[in-house]
Amino acid sequence: MTETAIPAVEGWFTTGPEPALVGTKCTACGNISFPRETTFCKNPACPGETFDDVELSRRGTVWSYTDAQYQPPEPFIPATDPYVPFALAAVELPEGLVVIGQVADGYGVDDLTVGAEVELVVEPLYTDDEGVRTIWRWKPAGSASTKEQQA
Amino acid sequence: MSKHDVAVAGVGMHAWGKWGRPFVEYGVAAARDALKDSGIDWNDVDFIVGGETVRNGYGGYVAGATFASALGWNGARVATSYAACATGAQALDTARTRILAGLSEVALVVGADTTPKGFLKPNAGERWDDPDWLRFRLMGMTNPAYFALNARRRIDLYGATQEDFAAVKVKNAKHGLSNPNARYRKEFSVADVMASPVVADPLHLMDICATSDGGAAVVLTSVEYAQRHGLTGPRINAISTVTPTFPQTQLDMPYFSSESTAAAPAPQYTHKEALARAAYEEAGISPEDVDVAEVYDLSTALELDWIEDLGLVERGTAEQLVRTGDTSVGGRLPVNPSGGLACFGEAVPAQALAQVCELTWQLRGQAEGRQVEGARVGITANQGLFGHGSSVILSA
Repeated sequence: MTETAIPAVEGWFTTGPEPALVGTKCTACGNISFPRETTFCKNPACPGETFDDVELSRRGTVWSYTDAQYQPPEPFIPATDPYVPFALAAVELPEGLVVIGQVADGYGVDDLTVGAEVELVVEPLYTDDEGVRTIWRWKPAGSASTKEQQA
Repeated sequence: MSKHDVAVAGVGMHAWGKWGRPFVEYGVAAARDALKDSGIDWNDVDFIVGGETVRNGYGGYVAGATFASALGWNGARVATSYAACATGAQALDTARTRILAGLSEVALVVGADTTPKGFLKPNAGERWDDPDWLRFRLMGMTNPAYFALNARRRIDLYGATQEDFAAVKVKNAKHGLSNPNARYRKEFSVADVMASPVVADPLHLMDICATSDGGAAVVLTSVEYAQRHGLTGPRINAISTVTPTFPQTQLDMPYFSSESTAAAPAPQYTHKEALARAAYEEAGISPEDVDVAEVYDLSTALELDWIEDLGLVERGTAEQLVRTGDTSVGGRLPVNPSGGLACFGEAVPAQALAQVCELTWQLRGQAEGRQVEGARVGITANQGLFGHGSSVILSA
């Protein structure tokens, strides 16, 4: 990662060696939301309107996965020309929610199964005038060593 | 039979395809077709509901008035509905409610749309607070990617195969051959589907529904009006438009995540299951009573999910019905005899009405070339963005 790396979206995840998604926890009922909740608690039994930031677990299990073999339309910004397909995973976290994200560079659908463990990483998404924009991604936890060599 | 019954006096469609004309033309054509089918004059309609599409700069915002004006002002009461893919059913429910309240006797419900080619995508511009925009910018998450997540789970959890998904397309393509309103009327083989490019693993291009232009319309009357005028068509026994129950644990377009079970456990039924259950309860029937179903096959695999969501078979077993031919016309439980979205494509505000049109023809015994013999009870189902969805039950 370069010195100019900036998150592609502000406040949704931390960076550094142990990055994490940043969600919110309702101060009244404890409901956890990602992306962050800023207005009204979604729990119909709760009138809460204030929330604390909370870092979500960095590891979870794959709920399902796919890939984007056709280039998605705008506002997607392809990282390469020609376009290179990437994989996507929906991951169940211990906080009781499922979060979608791209799969880490160098990994595809063949590296994934429903129920497998994955870990959160932060990687470059695209480059714009201000520098490299980063995003959270899901990296298979089981086969890390061999894949890192390939990548 | 339920105390909420209303009568379907007439149905009509404009053929679906890519016609390049304004949506009003499709809607008026479908409306005139439905009125002709009912034998009721436009001047005798006392309530009109239009299904609209909310898309930037697109003149479908006030569809009820737009259709009323195009048909010629007749003094009818008017309403407009938007509920994403459930728009047509919500429009129908608005008409039903007014009829059941005794405020109207004859209602015309119209839905029509023109749809852009290719991936549906968000509006232009930088909109960092719009989840629909952000899902493309931050994840490249297209609609087919959401369909594919659900399809992949069927493979990894239940042992479904890509060939099973392809078999759904083959079956629906065969059904659509005889449907004059279908856009695609061509037979395909499993090999054809498997040879089409993968869009989002495990789904091939031919597993995913296209976008189309199209229109559909329904004329509803009170049961008393139908009896007085000798109209013997099917009855609508239930229209379910229930929202999800917190926490919504199913991933749904255009969101990044499901709701958490941190503050409350997952509800007993998923949103799609709840849609069906509310319909059965309102109609006073059970899944065993269903003879034919029209479900929302945005992807081939989603048709299999719906068969289970409707309680027609146990979770994880829908593939077996396709393998044995049970969901084909002539089988035990025909699904999508119209050809479904596989043959029509999506024309959002018309789709839920098109399902009701097909079931009406089926229950009248008029579905030439795709007739489910002896069909007495039919159910529809669909789901759209923002917690919308619908299920309608009709009986002969």
